[in-house]
Parts: sequence; structure tokens; C-alpha cells
Amino acid sequence: MCLAVPAKVVSIDGTTAHVDMMGNSSAADISLLENVRVGDYILVHVGFAIQKYDETEALLTLSLIEEMLGKAGPVS
Amino acid sequence: MNNSLVRLAHGSGSGLQQLLHEIIFPVLLPGWQGILEDAAVLDSVPGRFAFTSDSFVVWPLEFNGGNIGKLAACGTINDLAMMGALPRYMSVSLILEEGLEKSLLSRVLASLRIVCQESRVRIVCGDTKVVDKGKADGMFISTSGIGIVPQGRNLSAGNARPGDAVLVSGPIGLHGIAILSQRKGLGFASEALSDCAALDSLVEALLEKAPGTKALRDATRGGCAAVMHEMANSSKASIILDETKLPVPDVVKGACAYLGLDPLHVANEGRFIAIVPAGQADAAVFACNTHPKGKGAARIGTVVERQRFPLLLKTIIGGTRPVEMPSGELLPRIC
Amino acid sequence: MNLVNFNDTGIAEKLLNEIHACAGLTGPVKIMEVCGTHTMEIGRLGLRSLLPENIELVSGPGCPVCVTPGAYIDAAVELALGKRIHIITYGDMVRVPGNEASLEEAKTKGAEIHIVTSPLQAIYLARQNPEDAFVFLAVGFETTAPATAKALIAAYETNMDNLTFFLSHRIVPPALAALIDGKDLDISGFMLPGHVSAIIGEAPYQFLADRGIPSVITGFEPIDILMGVLDLCVMIREGSPKVVNAYPRIVRKEGNPLAVAAYEKMFEPVDAAWRGIGMIPRSGLDIRDAFRRYDAAKKYGMSMASPEMARQPAQCCCGAVLKGKIKPNACPSFGAACTPRSPLGPCMVSSEGSCAAYFKYEMTA
Repeated sequence: MCLAVPAKVVSIDGTTAHVDMMGNSSAADISLLENVRVGDYILVHVGFAIQKYDETEALLTLSLIEEMLGKAGPVS
Repeated sequence: MNNSLVRLAHGSGSGLQQLLHEIIFPVLLPGWQGILEDAAVLDSVPGRFAFTSDSFVVWPLEFNGGNIGKLAACGTINDLAMMGALPRYMSVSLILEEGLEKSLLSRVLASLRIVCQESRVRIVCGDTKVVDKGKADGMFISTSGIGIVPQGRNLSAGNARPGDAVLVSGPIGLHGIAILSQRKGLGFASEALSDCAALDSLVEALLEKAPGTKALRDATRGGCAAVMHEMANSSKASIILDETKLPVPDVVKGACAYLGLDPLHVANEGRFIAIVPAGQADAAVFACNTHPKGKGAARIGTVVERQRFPLLLKTIIGGTRPVEMPSGELLPRIC
Repeated sequence: MNLVNFNDTGIAEKLLNEIHACAGLTGPVKIMEVCGTHTMEIGRLGLRSLLPENIELVSGPGCPVCVTPGAYIDAAVELALGKRIHIITYGDMVRVPGNEASLEEAKTKGAEIHIVTSPLQAIYLARQNPEDAFVFLAVGFETTAPATAKALIAAYETNMDNLTFFLSHRIVPPALAALIDGKDLDISGFMLPGHVSAIIGEAPYQFLADRGIPSVITGFEPIDILMGVLDLCVMIREGSPKVVNAYPRIVRKEGNPLAVAAYEKMFEPVDAAWRGIGMIPRSGLDIRDAFRRYDAAKKYGMSMASPEMARQPAQCCCGAVLKGKIKPNACPSFGAACTPRSPLGPCMVSSEGSCAAYFKYEMTA
């Protein structure tokens, strides 16, 4: 049960964030998270933000993958 | 007594005459003065003519980028254009739900008329009925259309052969997303505008530059996947698509991710799939891209020998998977 | 803040090469995923057509809609047709047949079925139509339970009297425990559901590593899924079973404690029936007594704990298929009593479930 999209917070109105998903707008309840700010990406599932997207971790994950692939020999 | 709504009385007798003269004739056929007959008598056409019939039941009646009237005119014209016919005549039958706002009826008919005018299609006959509240979602429109097929044109879904190129005339999924975004229970609004458009002039531009074009189908309900299934099956071949070449606008990607839908299954109302000999593929794409209604056209696949599946997709990571026929209404997923 | 691209085809190609290289050293590997969205994504990517022969991707009981007992759907249909109650549901449930019929079929007989994408829309619908009685079909794993809990508390706090919740929430770790229970396990590793994990964190999966089974918390983009397979392959090759979090941009080690608290406040774990498998201890969620007024099962006399709920057709072999023990075509019902159009168990209900996928892709024309 995992279909969830990262959506960008455009504005916050109490416990509701208005979000944008590539030109589609929706509202998400952010009461399951703390410190959500405009500009954050949040993961929205059935109208609720269930976690914040961590760009630093994302970049780190990708760079670790690229590093691993860079080091990879014929048999790794 | 509220005069702004369509009533049951407008369905026959003097009530019908009133509706015809108050709204239907002035909006659909401005300036027309003639005798109302039981049927239109038309001059015969040389050669062959194409004849199509269609019904339109879209809800909501007005949506981002159009309304049911625009849809009806475009849909009918496009059916004719897909056979290489030059659209000429249309009939328009209306089933109106009691309580429909007259102003909405006017807007719908005006849109229908504008499309017909742009494509030089004459509305020559029609019918109007009014049904009880609850028996028609506001209104239903049924049409039929007649067009002239120039000598030498033999477009058919059965013409595809291994090696032929598969093209789409522009970005996909916009109409379906525009409609879905206006259904309240789905919880989203969208910038997507319906791509609803009459394609007859685009088809002429294509056929001029790629006269060997073998088949055309407009990708309406069921999206591109449905028409490609039909073409593959009719031609006893298969089609392989390249996922990296599919023109999916970001707004459609975002909405499909949100709803759990495949863009290939989402409805369009102003796009066609073309099967073109490989040697004319570039000319065909160019012809579409240089026409206002064909921007974003792309080659998306190839016809191959019949395999287990009619429609296959080479995915962005290079895998292969079948693309299924969408079954019935698209349902949003959470899983 | 920007989203980082996990779709790069160059990286994907290299990861596939790595997977092939790794698999060359492992012998047969059977990886099970337990998330309906993973099942769908793997199908969508055509991943199986690219993996080495000795890596088998098996679909486990990861689709909460598909593991919802047929009797639950029958009960919902009966509420709609027999008691004229409006049913509010996610789209996924609509075409799934119960033991008797589906909601879609009920709709053709006049049932009022409303499709929503959030339980908050259920609140809205019920408020807009105070004269009608509504039941919300609350299905889903831990990802979805917090949302149901929030909606239920909203109904409770505003004293709504025309909306109740029919729960069929399931929890994942007990199902994993049930899958690995038994001596003849041949699952080499688990691809763990990324968004369930966003809620529950890493700790609930530690028992897998303790049992010597590697697992990877995996995201949903192409690079994520390839990394999930590769990480598992490497751990299997090295004999180093751990719980790896390969989706840290979304999954925190501790998960989302606020979300867990939200559903633990409203719900308690109970034994629950999984379609095709049977009862799994403490694998479902039931509404706590304090909020029982909003329990549709109580209000309308439907007992989710009854043996009837766990009843499944004797001819359904999903349990064995889900444990990776038999191939779909070894089940006597496959292709006969059980087809995608008339499925008996979750493996066929899910359009990308083991049996449905086998039916589509492997059956000779």
C-alpha cells in the first residue's frame, strides 16, 4: 500500500499544506509531521503527508551509488 | 416560473419550436432561413464518402479546455479524418435533461458550431429530445458525419506491416487528466487542458508530406494503448513502443503518479496514432510538428511480426513488458 | 529544494551489469517483495526480462486490497444492497471480487459506491449528506492506517453520526514472520516496502536479520529497485544478512513516530485473516473500545473475527504460492476455477500478483 508522490509545499494553512505535483495541485494534511515549510517536498499518501523528502540524503544515496559503480571492476 | 431552464415541455410541440427558435437555431445555424424538413437532401458526391456515428456522454459538461459540444464536433470530424475523409456534413441529436440551464446549452452549441465552422462542416440535420431529471447527465449528444474520401486514399487499421513506423501526433494524456481533475472525489486540480481539437487539417498536412501513410486512429477513450491494440490486432501484427520516446507532459506524469495510472491508458481528444512506412517517418513527424495541432509529435515505436502480445513496451531501463488494454473506466489506485 | 533524479538510464544499465556479475557468484536466488506498489513497478519496468536467470523475483502478500478476505467485500456489498448504505472506498477495491461479488457489480445493481483518494473525502461526503449513512472501507497497511486514524478521530471529535469505518488494515512484520515460519523456507531475501517503512522505521525488521535473512528497505524509482536487488544479491553472496535502508531520503531509522502514535491511539493489533493464507496472529488492526461507536463492523453486526472471514476456497493455493513454494501453474485451480476475471485469492486478484502475472506472461497463447 505504497502509492505516494513527493509533492512540493506551496503554502500552509494550519494543518493543511497546499502542494504541487508537476502542475497538479492538491491539499495534504501535515499533522503527522513537524516543521513542514513552504518549499519542502513531502511524501503524500491518501491526502496525508507521511514523511519529508530529505534532499541531502537523496544526493548522498546517489553519490554512493555512483561511487560504487565507478569503483566496480569486471567482477565486483 | 423559471425561464432559464430546459423543461420537459421543450421536448415536443410548441415548447420544442420555442427552444429551437430561441436557442438551437440561432446558436447552431446563425442566419439560417429555410424550411424545416424531415430530412436533409444533399447533392451526391463523386467517388466514395465516409460515414460515421458517435455519441458523447462526458461529465462534467464543461471542463478545462472545452465542453461536450466541442468534443462532439471534434470527435465526429476526427472519425472522418482518420479515414482520410474531408469532413462535410454533420447531424446533431440532443438528449437534454430536464432542468439543464439554457445558458449552458447555448455555450455547448456555440462551441460545437465554432469547430464546424473552422472545418467547414455543415450541420444539416438534427433532433432534440428532453428527458426526465436523472435520465441524462445534463445532456447527451449523438452525431453522425459524412466526409468525402479523395481518390487513392485507403487508410485502414489493417494496413500495418512489420517495419512500419508508429507515430503519435502530440503529447498524450491531457484530456483525461483535465476531466479527472474536475471530479471532486479525486482531490486534485490540474493545469492540464483538454487537447480536444479537430484534426482534419493536420491529417491533410500529414498526408501531403507522407502520402504512404497506412492508418490513422484517434486515441480517445482507452488512450493510445487502446487504438494501438486495435491496429495491431486488425493488422495481425504487434507494435513495440519505446518508453523513452513517448511524449508525456510533466503535468500528465504528475497526475498519473498521483492516481496510479498509465499515461498510455489516459484519454485524448485531439491526438492520433499514425502508421507510416519507415522511409516516410521523418517527413511525417516534421509535417505534424510544423502544424499548430501537431506540435510535439514523435515517432514512438515500430510495427513488428505478430508476437504473443499485440502491444509491447521497451521500458526506460531496457526491459520489455506488454501494455494491456485498459479495462473499462480508469480507477485511481492507492496501492 | 529539488527532487533528485533516480531514473538515469546510464546508471540503471550499470546497476544491471553489477547484478549480473553478482548473480554469477550466488547460485539460485529467490527475492520476495511484499509491496503491491513494488509488484506493479517491477512489472512496469519489465525488470524480470533483464535479470539473470538465477535471480527470481517473487511477489509476496504485499497488496492489502488483495489480501482482504473475500467475506469483507461480501459484507460491504451486503451493506450497500441490503441496507442501502453508501460505501466509500479507494479505487483499488472496486473491481476485486469477494467470495460472491464485487463492489462494481453491486453498483450495477444500484449500490451507492463512492470512490475517493483520501479518508478525509469520506468525512466531507458524510458531512455534505447528513441524511445518508456512509461506511468507509479502511484498507491498507501501516502506510494508510494513520490516515484512517486521523479521519476517525475527526469524526469522533465532531460527533458525526452518519459515518462509520469498516477496518481491514493489516500490518506487515507479522506477515513476514508467518512467511518465514517453517523449515522449508527458500526465500533468499526480502525487498521491504519503502513507504510502510517510512512509518514503522527499521527496527521491526531486525528479526529477519536475526534469522539470517537479508532485507532491503527499497524505494520505488528504477534506480531504487535495481539497488534493492543488488544490495540483496551482495548480502546473499557474502552471507551477511542485515536490514539495509536503501531509501534514506524518505525512511528515517525511527520511521514516523507521530504517524505510529496516531494509529496506535485509535487501533489495537488483533489476529486477522489474510485472503489465501488464513489467520496471522496480531496482523490486523481493530478499533479500540473507546471509539467503538465508529466501528462499522460493530454497528452493522459484521464479525471480522469470525471463522467465516478466514474461510477461503479449498482449492486456493495462494498460501503456498505466496511463500514461494510452488509456481502458479502447480495450483490445481490455476487457469480453471481461478483466472484474472474470477480470482480465488490475492495472487490472482492483483493484476501483477504471481498468478495474474503468470497467467498474462507465461501462458502459451
